[in-house]
Amino acid sequence: MRPTRQWGVTFLGTVLATAALSAQHGYTRAEVENGARLFQASCATCHGPKGDNVRGVALLSGQFKRASSDEQLVKIIIEGIPGTSMPPNNYSALEAGMIVAYLRGIAAGENVTAAPGDVARGKALFDGRGKCATCHTPESRTAPSLTDVGALRRPLEIEQSILDPSAELNADYRYVRAVTKSGAVVTGRLLNQSTFSVQILDSAQNLRAFNKADLREFVINQTSEMPSYRGTLDAQEVADLVMYLTTMRGRR
Amino acid sequence: MRRRACVLILMLLAGVSLGAQVSFDRILRAQSEPQNWLTYSGNVQGHRHSLLTQVTPANVKTLELAWAFQALSLEKFEATPIALDGVLFTVQPPNDVVAIDGASGRTFWTYTYRASPQARPCCGRVNRGLAILGDALFMGTIDGHLIALDTKSGRQLWNVAVAGARPEAGYAFTVAPLIVKDKIITGPAGGDFGVRGFIAAYDPKSGKELWRFNTIPSPGEKGHDTWAGESWKTGGSTIWTTGSYDPELNLTYWGTGNPGPDFSGDQRAGDNLYSDSLVALDPDTGVMKWHFQFTPHDIFDYDSTQVPVMADIEYQGRMRKVILLANRNGFWYVLDRTNGEFLFGKPFAKVTWTTGLDAKGRPQNVVNTTAEGTRVYPHLAGGTNWYSPSYSPRTGLFYVPTWQDGSAIFANRPAEYVEGRSFLGTFPVGTELSINGTQSNRRLPSGGHGAVLALDPRTGEKKWEFTMADVTDAGIMTTATDLLFSGGREGFFYALDARNGQLLWKAPVAGIVQAAPMSYAINGRQYIAIAAGNSLYAYTLR
Repeated sequence: MRPTRQWGVTFLGTVLATAALSAQHGYTRAEVENGARLFQASCATCHGPKGDNVRGVALLSGQFKRASSDEQLVKIIIEGIPGTSMPPNNYSALEAGMIVAYLRGIAAGENVTAAPGDVARGKALFDGRGKCATCHTPESRTAPSLTDVGALRRPLEIEQSILDPSAELNADYRYVRAVTKSGAVVTGRLLNQSTFSVQILDSAQNLRAFNKADLREFVINQTSEMPSYRGTLDAQEVADLVMYLTTMRGRR
Repeated sequence: MRRRACVLILMLLAGVSLGAQVSFDRILRAQSEPQNWLTYSGNVQGHRHSLLTQVTPANVKTLELAWAFQALSLEKFEATPIALDGVLFTVQPPNDVVAIDGASGRTFWTYTYRASPQARPCCGRVNRGLAILGDALFMGTIDGHLIALDTKSGRQLWNVAVAGARPEAGYAFTVAPLIVKDKIITGPAGGDFGVRGFIAAYDPKSGKELWRFNTIPSPGEKGHDTWAGESWKTGGSTIWTTGSYDPELNLTYWGTGNPGPDFSGDQRAGDNLYSDSLVALDPDTGVMKWHFQFTPHDIFDYDSTQVPVMADIEYQGRMRKVILLANRNGFWYVLDRTNGEFLFGKPFAKVTWTTGLDAKGRPQNVVNTTAEGTRVYPHLAGGTNWYSPSYSPRTGLFYVPTWQDGSAIFANRPAEYVEGRSFLGTFPVGTELSINGTQSNRRLPSGGHGAVLALDPRTGEKKWEFTMADVTDAGIMTTATDLLFSGGREGFFYALDARNGQLLWKAPVAGIVQAAPMSYAINGRQYIAIAAGNSLYAYTLR
């Protein structure tokens, strides 16, 4: 349930822009494309990229053995099928609905351009041109290690963090600016605070503590230190990066 | 001759011991012996206001630790001690009773209670304190018992299993009982388990039940039709903070808790009386004289289990006998305590579950949460909660520990009742709030924080606010020298100037303060005590 509010807004914008395209199917283009990403990041692990890896199941055919209505499909995606290897999934009804939109869209012959991301291309971007690894190293003190991000975050959340890093800040990586009464400016990562004091990892990577009474100014930044990749990476590159990050599920 | 002397000595001894007995008259006139603290809130009016004057805004900086008592328990320490003639009586959670020397912190005796493993309180194996009458202390237990102990030895005088308060079904006594005349008034918690709440009176001599008021009316009783179908049987509406008593009106006031299931309203259509209400009962019979429901058909867990605080104030040119109650639902209310008339209610925290109250205090346009989830302010923990407020007759202000800017996403999905299991519906997803004092707090103020508010019941205005970085579960005590003591989750106990909210003193107590302060005196020396973390601390002037 976590991201309901934040990406609901982003999503709505996209929906409004594209609603007319596929209104005849009851789904928007954006829903189908988002569903495609979710499908490729999650369902495809077992069902395969074309939805036909499991014997006797062809998800992209529009024919389902255990469901006919969209509601039934949503229920199966979320709750799984007891007694089979189809597990429950941590998706909201809205997200599961997008996967259904994708399945319906493909079956209706829509040309879904949101190609699934490519793990190898995503890794190359992460280590190379995207410069992600500059900050997001496993040992980083200043940015979250992403070694298990695929286990902690859903693809849509990862995509949002890449395109709009300030939309939802990780509370463990908030940055502050403090100015002491003598005028010294300290910036760094917020480690802890109380009514009376604040603990910071400063930009020189020293652990510093201040009484709030001794500070002339203390501001918790509401924007992320990370740049947005909107306009820097194209849609395919973002999909590649997301796909790579969803595979990072190790080292907890 | 010798025999007569013996009798005289015996009589003298008896006289001494009789003098030490706590009559109800002494509890009523608590103001005449401020060295003692004879009931949960210090007096039956619910003021939590000490008349001791040794510690003042001028010398409070020299308060220092007199002693610390570390409980043999890792449960939350929520009890307010009773103080009588230099001895503190408190509850080491879950249900051990300790008699402590108020000067040294050394124990006189400990009564150990082994609660049934069947006990299942919702939110920790907690107890908020004792009541005292005569030579006996009274405690409700988390497994549905009521117990009396001898104040001098800790010996158990009686122990009764309260009828119907089955621990395996979720009934648990956590409230400090209230003595009214010759009765112990109390009731079980369990509103998150689908119990049916009640308030009852017990005989201090035997534990025999004298009357019972069901907080959910039985079939045929008025208000029963505010519960759809069989939902009244599992509707909660329990009590878990101590009520107050007006001797002139002969009414005892109690705030009731949430209807169950907490977050699923559809299966209990109706107002769900008397959940989330203040009920005024005749303490002799248990008959309800009036009620006021703060949150009809609540789906946000906005218990109204706050201490009802009595005050006599001038309001719109007229003296009124009122109840002050800052509610978990984010509004604070001033009600006429003679008849329950709504004088006013104002938000003291961000509120989005309703657009406001009508002229009778009923919330308008209440948000109907969806199955998918709807973000609502305040957080399910509320704008405030059970944390004791304080009223100072000197400043005329009402002091409330609050949570500001907290919200949660509430989803309305059906809940199935299974005896002994949580009966909630879908537990809401709240804003990130730290859960203990040693956990790091990196929250933005807009994500929820604590504040002590000073509210003026004569005008409805907020006089001042003391803002905290973290939220608070700490109660408040004020004193006749205009000091205000409280704490929070950050591991501090502090004193503010009750007139303006200025911080005057603070002390590290390591753990969360999730209890309320109290004060007592021994040989003319004032002490201020607070439970924090797993310890009870007492402070006195250097």
